[in-house]
Amino acid sequence: MMCDICSKNQATVHLTEIIDDQITEMHLCEECAQKKGAQMESHFGLSDLLAGLADLGTQFNSKTKSEAKIKCPKCGLTYEDFRKVGRLGCGECYSAFKDSLVPLLKRIHGSIQHYGKSPKKAVKVTKVKNELQELKDRLQKAVQNEEFEEAARLRDRIKDFEKKGG
Amino acid sequence: MNIDDLLKNKGEWLKSTGPDSDIVMSSRIRLARNLADFPFSHWATKKEQEGVLKVTKEVIMASKKMKDPLFLEIGGLDNIDKQFLVERHLMSKEHMIDAENKGVVVGEEEIISIMINEEDHLRMQVMKSGFDLKEAWRIINDMDNEMGAALDFAYSVDLGYLTACPTNTGTGMRASVMLHLPSLVMTKQIGKVLQAITKLSLTARGLYGEGTEASGNFFQISNQVSLGHKEEDIIDNIERIIKQIVGHEKSARETLFSQNREAFEDRIWRAHGTLKSAHIITSNETIDLLSLVRLGVDLGLIKEVDRTMLNELFIITQPAHLQKMEKKKLTPNQRDVKRAEIIRERLGGG
Repeated sequence: MMCDICSKNQATVHLTEIIDDQITEMHLCEECAQKKGAQMESHFGLSDLLAGLADLGTQFNSKTKSEAKIKCPKCGLTYEDFRKVGRLGCGECYSAFKDSLVPLLKRIHGSIQHYGKSPKKAVKVTKVKNELQELKDRLQKAVQNEEFEEAARLRDRIKDFEKKGG
Repeated sequence: MNIDDLLKNKGEWLKSTGPDSDIVMSSRIRLARNLADFPFSHWATKKEQEGVLKVTKEVIMASKKMKDPLFLEIGGLDNIDKQFLVERHLMSKEHMIDAENKGVVVGEEEIISIMINEEDHLRMQVMKSGFDLKEAWRIINDMDNEMGAALDFAYSVDLGYLTACPTNTGTGMRASVMLHLPSLVMTKQIGKVLQAITKLSLTARGLYGEGTEASGNFFQISNQVSLGHKEEDIIDNIERIIKQIVGHEKSARETLFSQNREAFEDRIWRAHGTLKSAHIITSNETIDLLSLVRLGVDLGLIKEVDRTMLNELFIITQPAHLQKMEKKKLTPNQRDVKRAEIIRERLGGG
């Protein structure tokens, strides 16, 4: 089998690439594979992928530059630091970088609302009440926008909270 | 218990006793948790990491959920011991690097294990034999409830458990099953299967997790999304899809068996023959051939070998296991010889 790129040398490297759910197989000679490998390496690794996603998240945001310099008041991490490494500094970072992180989370998970379990200790009653109000506001919005699946989920959460907090 | 005792015992998940254990080797769930009062591991100072280790270790070791737990400080282990823990799926490869202030706790039968100061402060894992995510969830949920009552976890009502990487935010849960799919590979249907699962927000990896290639027809399939669904719903989703994949593998086995029986049996028996007589064998060849023998056992062709022993061979023929059994460092060539010797011994070869 000859190399798919140069068609001169025998293909000894077999690459599988997945682009948009489409699997393509490539058969390359050593030389072309090295070039291709260098290309691929330059945009690989989770932190790079995340950084890419994080960029997309702020691309329509006029505050992009100032956003990158915002510091988490608790740990001192900047959004720029997070973008480089792909790891947040502490739990507070989620609030500090909310404007950029929420679109990023939406892109990764398709959702920005937790429906899973909660720890017994971390949820304090006062907080539950504030959050409860927020959930109720959201429910109203969801109903207005005819997002009924979301509305049903929110309704269940409100029920859960009322049981816990009340 | 000490680290050498692990070698003498068998992890529960190797026993091959759970449901569908002919195709599903093991079920595993891990939860990522962080303490609210400390920076996440990557950005924490040595002193802060030390604090996390101290606080969490105390709570974990006091738990009654793990009988006679083994605590190991990774920084105090040599490379063979670290690799040994990775081979047993008790910790990640990443946990080997910058090992100061990192720890791992291993429970009875290696069902529960907890990494301290990995990417997140706590990475709790439960591993069970066969297809049994529900039981794995029951155990880990219990453990997490106990930890969450004693420790202040970073949590927000909106976003759930807050993790160092936004890909784990929410439930902090990754549920995965290790599948053995030789017939889907042989009939070249595996590409389609893997392509389909990515559309269902699942992901496939190799034997040793993130960044490893699938080898010997083994695939680790897990959820991609951790936010926006209840844990039980995520598990339910994986279970439904895995059941279908198991069904496809079964019918592919039947097709191969009925359409090309001689060639199929020939491959299996040759694999068995090679393992029984080789005097030098690499770990990759071992995995490939053990995979075929496992298939032969599943189909009732090979009767004198049992699946538990095969599962065990997969693990003990790995480099660090061989070196721990020999109690000394071995060169790759020496390992290939020792590996062949152990396999011959177990399979009753010459």
